[in-house]
Amino acid sequence: MTTPVLSIRNLTKHYGSGSSRFDALKGVTLDIADGESIAIVGKSGSGKSTLMHILAMLDAPSSGELIVDGTDASKLKGSRLNALRNRTFGFVFQQFFLTPNTTVLDNVMLPLKIARIPSRERTKRAMAALEKLELAEKSSSKAVDLSGGQKQRVVIARALVNNPRIIFADEPTGNLDSATGAVVEDLLFELNRTQGITLVIVTHDEDLAARASRRIYLKDGLVIDEPAVGARHTREVGA
Amino acid sequence: MRAVDIVATAIGNSFRSRLRTTLTVIAIFIGAFTLTLTNGLGAGVNNYIDSQIASIGAPDVMNVTKPVVATAETEGPQPYEESGSTEVSSGVGPPGSTVQAMTDDDLDTIRAIDGVRTAAPIVSVRPDYIEYGTEGKFQLTVSPLSAGIRVELAAGTMFDTASSNLQIILPTTFIETLGFTGNDDAVGKTVTIAVTNALGEQTTVDAVVVGVQEPTLFGATPSLNEPLTSTLYDAQNVGIPTGTSSQYGSATVTFAADATEAEVAALKADLVTAGYAGTTVTDQIGTFQSVIDGIILVLNAFAVIALLAAGFGIINTLLMSVQERTREIGLMKAMGMSGGRIFALFSTEAVFIGFLGSTIGAGVAMLVGGIISQVLADGLLADLAGLQILTFTPGAIVTVLLLVMGIAFIAAVLPASRAARQSPIDSLRYE
Repeated sequence: MTTPVLSIRNLTKHYGSGSSRFDALKGVTLDIADGESIAIVGKSGSGKSTLMHILAMLDAPSSGELIVDGTDASKLKGSRLNALRNRTFGFVFQQFFLTPNTTVLDNVMLPLKIARIPSRERTKRAMAALEKLELAEKSSSKAVDLSGGQKQRVVIARALVNNPRIIFADEPTGNLDSATGAVVEDLLFELNRTQGITLVIVTHDEDLAARASRRIYLKDGLVIDEPAVGARHTREVGA
Repeated sequence: MRAVDIVATAIGNSFRSRLRTTLTVIAIFIGAFTLTLTNGLGAGVNNYIDSQIASIGAPDVMNVTKPVVATAETEGPQPYEESGSTEVSSGVGPPGSTVQAMTDDDLDTIRAIDGVRTAAPIVSVRPDYIEYGTEGKFQLTVSPLSAGIRVELAAGTMFDTASSNLQIILPTTFIETLGFTGNDDAVGKTVTIAVTNALGEQTTVDAVVVGVQEPTLFGATPSLNEPLTSTLYDAQNVGIPTGTSSQYGSATVTFAADATEAEVAALKADLVTAGYAGTTVTDQIGTFQSVIDGIILVLNAFAVIALLAAGFGIINTLLMSVQERTREIGLMKAMGMSGGRIFALFSTEAVFIGFLGSTIGAGVAMLVGGIISQVLADGLLADLAGLQILTFTPGAIVTVLLLVMGIAFIAAVLPASRAARQSPIDSLRYE
């Protein structure tokens, strides 16, 4: 078996201290292989978003270790950390996080701008990403003027424009109706299948999770057995 | 992000909330406008004073007197000096000030001092009247300062120093009174000047008008060239006992034109040791200029206070901007933008707002100042020829721009470092 692209060992995360202490993660161990699609499933408060934030190095764990591509993440600082974030990760958020009054093209180019890629080159690459998502004709529209589905497609274009190895998707279909959501889901899994981009999806949506090659179930900060969830699914259907 | 992208993004961001940027720019505009005008006022007035100084004496000229030895009331009278003890009116300082008269021996002593190039007595000529044609006789007072005069001419030329002809330069105020049709008409004409000698006899001397001068802050008196002054002085001294005629109130000393301040100070010290007192024109006008500089400093302080207030406007604007863009900052950090570059992004935005405000402020100030200056020069200040009350120098304008952008940068430090320190996840969670 190849080295996992992301690997966590006994990860804990708590907020606050004393009586107000809240343990979001209570010791999670997980390996994510290159090219895999994995769904982190759980209700709100289960710690699934915290886990994703730590995996994406947006947040630091309280204890335990995170190994990215064989490197201990706690030893990454400053420019190496920034370069890793810029080149390795792409993000798709439920709330889109688009800059409303700038153009679609500018929004998509942001990671390339941060990567200090020259203007001509980044326009070319951003346009290519937009074409892939059939949004080329919207490139000069303001982000605020787009529909929800278009916005999420712009976000996906932004996530893949810098050819990341891993795309983190936090409730990618949460703000979309089911038809538009299905289109976005198809796009994400197609990227995983055709380009081998590792996909980490955080969701409470069982149907979306079912499409991933592997599912991790979280409850109260701990990984629980997958079959138990299968039982829950059955029970829900039965009810 | 590359530097050029940071600048472009910062400029774009500052235009994203137009109203807020506009209000901040207006605040900076007021400060920069005021500062440019007060600086212009200072430069204008000081330039004028400098040109006036040039008109009453060159920088390489010193007025030397022999002061009466100071006597404190408790000390009793000073011993009588056998030679040169005559006191004469000093001609400078408050009325009634007296100095000891200088003789030719004193002049020789002064000439021997190191650094003195020439020493000539200042003679006082008291003509009775000046006359041209048939318009009548008019009173004539001439300035005792003769050396190193540089005047602003309205017509004609300066004295021909090589010539021994008797020459005079008249102020513009004399022209029509004497009966000339205009400034150019007077040049080359001959006027008659009369003096009365010690015996009560009036003699006349003819002189050629070579130039017409603009009146200065220090009055409008005709200037005589050296041959004319001595001719009149000789005519006036006919009948005076020889001992008295070679006594002078003061002398003019010239020194090297490129002398440094230290060298001038050393020369003054040498003169004091020898029993004389030297005063340059700069000394006499310096006090006046200090007062002007003081006033300008106070005005500038007010402008800087306005700019400081504008600085708080920038802080406020940027804090709101940082708050508004919290999630955007978080996103950029998640995508690998460093804190330093976030800081650069926000401080560049502030500097750009400062640049906008100060450029517009300085530009409008120059435009308005130019108009005011012209209107005043033609109206209220028309009597002070050559005075441009507001003068804008490129150096001063650049200083104002840099100062404002500096203040803007300092104002940006707090909001920009707050943005730079934000953790990406807290920013993304922010609602």
